[in-house]
Amino acid sequence: MTTRFDRIVEDNAWCPGCGNFSILAHLKEALEEMGLDPLQSAVVSGIGQAAKTPQYMSVNMFNGLHGRALPVAQGLKVSNPSLTVIAEGGDGDMYGEGGNHFMAAIRRNATIINIVHNNMVYGLTKGQASPTSQRGFKTPVQTEGVHVEPFNPIATAISLDASLVIRTFSGNKEHCKAMLKIAIEHKGYVLIDIFQPCVTFNKTNTFKWFKDNVYELQDDYDPTDKVKAFEKALESHPFPIGVIYKGPPKVILEDALRDESRVGDKPLYSSTVDYQRLGIEMEKYI
Amino acid sequence: MRDSVSILIGGKAGQGIASIETLLTKGFKRAGFYTFSTKEFMSRVRGGSNTTLIRISKNPVNAPVYKADIFVPLDTNAFYHAQDRITKETFVIAKKGNFECDCTFYDHDLESLAKSIGSPIVSNTIAAALVFGLLGCDVKVLRGIVEEMYPNELLEVNLKALEIGAKLGEDNGSCLYCIEPTLSATQTKDFFLSGTEGVGFGAIAGGCNFISSYPMSPSTGVLTFLAKQSQNFGICVEQAEDEIAAFQMGLGVWYGGGRSITTTSGGGFALMGEGLSLSGITETPMVVYLAQRPGPATGLPTRTEQGDLELSIYSGHGEFPRIVLAPGDPKECFELARSAFELADLYQIPVIILSDQYLADSYFHVEQFDIESKQPVHHIVKTDVDYKRYSLSDDGISPRGIPGYGEGFVLVDSDEHTEEGLITESMSVRNEQNGKRLKKGELIRNEAIFPEIVGEGEIVVVGWGSTKHIIKEALEFINDTNIASIHFSWVYPLSEAQLAPLRNAKQVITIENNATGQFAKLLKQHGIVIYAHILKSDGLPFFVDELSEKLVSVLKEIR
Repeated sequence: MTTRFDRIVEDNAWCPGCGNFSILAHLKEALEEMGLDPLQSAVVSGIGQAAKTPQYMSVNMFNGLHGRALPVAQGLKVSNPSLTVIAEGGDGDMYGEGGNHFMAAIRRNATIINIVHNNMVYGLTKGQASPTSQRGFKTPVQTEGVHVEPFNPIATAISLDASLVIRTFSGNKEHCKAMLKIAIEHKGYVLIDIFQPCVTFNKTNTFKWFKDNVYELQDDYDPTDKVKAFEKALESHPFPIGVIYKGPPKVILEDALRDESRVGDKPLYSSTVDYQRLGIEMEKYI
Repeated sequence: MRDSVSILIGGKAGQGIASIETLLTKGFKRAGFYTFSTKEFMSRVRGGSNTTLIRISKNPVNAPVYKADIFVPLDTNAFYHAQDRITKETFVIAKKGNFECDCTFYDHDLESLAKSIGSPIVSNTIAAALVFGLLGCDVKVLRGIVEEMYPNELLEVNLKALEIGAKLGEDNGSCLYCIEPTLSATQTKDFFLSGTEGVGFGAIAGGCNFISSYPMSPSTGVLTFLAKQSQNFGICVEQAEDEIAAFQMGLGVWYGGGRSITTTSGGGFALMGEGLSLSGITETPMVVYLAQRPGPATGLPTRTEQGDLELSIYSGHGEFPRIVLAPGDPKECFELARSAFELADLYQIPVIILSDQYLADSYFHVEQFDIESKQPVHHIVKTDVDYKRYSLSDDGISPRGIPGYGEGFVLVDSDEHTEEGLITESMSVRNEQNGKRLKKGELIRNEAIFPEIVGEGEIVVVGWGSTKHIIKEALEFINDTNIASIHFSWVYPLSEAQLAPLRNAKQVITIENNATGQFAKLLKQHGIVIYAHILKSDGLPFFVDELSEKLVSVLKEIR
């Protein structure tokens, strides 16, 4: 399907068969079907193959530095809350280099859709272990196999009481799109961790492996039960996909900062300086 | 009658030196004196040994001296900590026998006196009143300030303390240190501001509406100042998880059209290096307040140094233009902080306001000035359908759009990018875009603020940033018509116009609060020959008396 988010791309840097293509397509369709305006949407990304996603969309883009998408996205959201802000990147970008920002962003709870392409390997740097690489995964650096347990973003997000925690799989179009729509609609921070195969550098966690190692949560699963959600987060082989955790309502960053500073809803670019007040405040220093 | 008096108060952290400073500086200013205060303190919350120096004069004084005329040690350690600053003439207010010195003792145990009225903590109020009375000032002025400071159950005991102290002061009679107030009533409308407050007010005047920082001495004052003012001026405040995020959040704010600042010291600024570089290539404006302290690494966390000039100039990978501003006093802090936002916005570059602990924490007498109430110009365009964020232009400045304002997309990329803002590896596009960015550097040079020149002598003394008034007073003291002084507040990039006065000098002497002469090195790059460096990097600022001596000995060599 064509969407208003499509861009004609002459030279795509992804490998043929890469899961990024599916995620890009699902995202554009989800945004289109949710009726979002590309001009009022912005994708902030870091560095990596996944982080190139906004290069292939018609949307406002801030393609920043490795690991740093989330702080830029939060600043942007506070600067202009009427924008739909997506922070997108890979597992190395968001969970490795950006790990501290990941934790802080969950706690701050700005309305950011944090899309993480999770292929359990570093692509752009050619095949080293990522924070989510499975134990025993061999690479040119981890020659005897990864000897640490993988980072569990879902459990981490739940422990920090994330507003919404989702996992899905790029190879399941219906599920992935449905999850993206839930994420787009949500007010507050959303982690949407998307399993995807890396066809070039991860010969272990292939399309088939992911297909065989995920299962969809059923309708009777209650994502508001934090303890249950934890149990789900710790399950592996197969990994549950779906809305794993939905936290209780909590303060939203952009609302809080704007309430505290009494700046209101308007974008910061329309603010003016109250020079009369400045004079009064400075007089206190006479 | 003397022209000025220096009062040194020493004690441990938590002993109330800050209260004495507030009481006395407010009191002296209201009594009609030019007043200056500065502090040096240890990196600890309790204990240790810290001092505050207050100077008053009938003429403007905005610099510290080393030797104390009056010394109030609140404990024994304070005495040993500051003993080098005591001379035969120093009037020491303390119980005799606790320490020994060849000085004049005013033998009173302030702590016992405080205990006698039921509260040992008010010894600081006794001390303040005693000093006030000793200088022949009307204690009524001080009473008014005590009433403002303690509008609660502590008032009564503080007023008692005030009376005891004032009486002891008056009883001295001889008025050894009395000086006459000379300020006219209009001059009491002048400000009493620290460098921190100057930067804070300047940022507000510059339209700052967001701050994100990670706390770090000695920069935190600006963060808390803006937080305190946030509701008055609509400033969103967020404490970042680290300095990396603080800078990046700021970039996100500017990308969305807001005006943001981040505050830090050298160690935090080091973490911002990649952000500075990102600001450079994405041409996203950013303002950083960098309050220096001595490094390397943790160094001396609460002390002062001008050791990060090179860091501020060279930090960040790749080549891109930037501006570094180094105010010399709170008035310049105000003006340059305000300009920083305008310059960052206009040229789409990072602008660094380079201060230090000494300037940040010292209070200066600032002549009243009118605040120009012209709203900041937002250099933002409404985008059209064909908008290109990095369109090539003659001057290198591409009109800056922001997302959600207009009909076009705003694409910003840390990769080398096309005019549209999309990733490219075309060498010709690289040359065009890199050239476009660097071209702004030439425009910026033309904006460079001309240095302040005092005197017409052939020997030129050069300073930059916080040493401004220390050098000024030292040269006034030396009073040699052969010497001129030049103070740079715009330290990078330097323009030929700024350097011209140095090219004509017979000898150039640089004065810097660092060990390697970083500004001198910059001048040398521009072909300026330096005759001598006067450097200091022990963690303290220069003192007027100390610097005068050093200058005199350098001048002797010249002759």
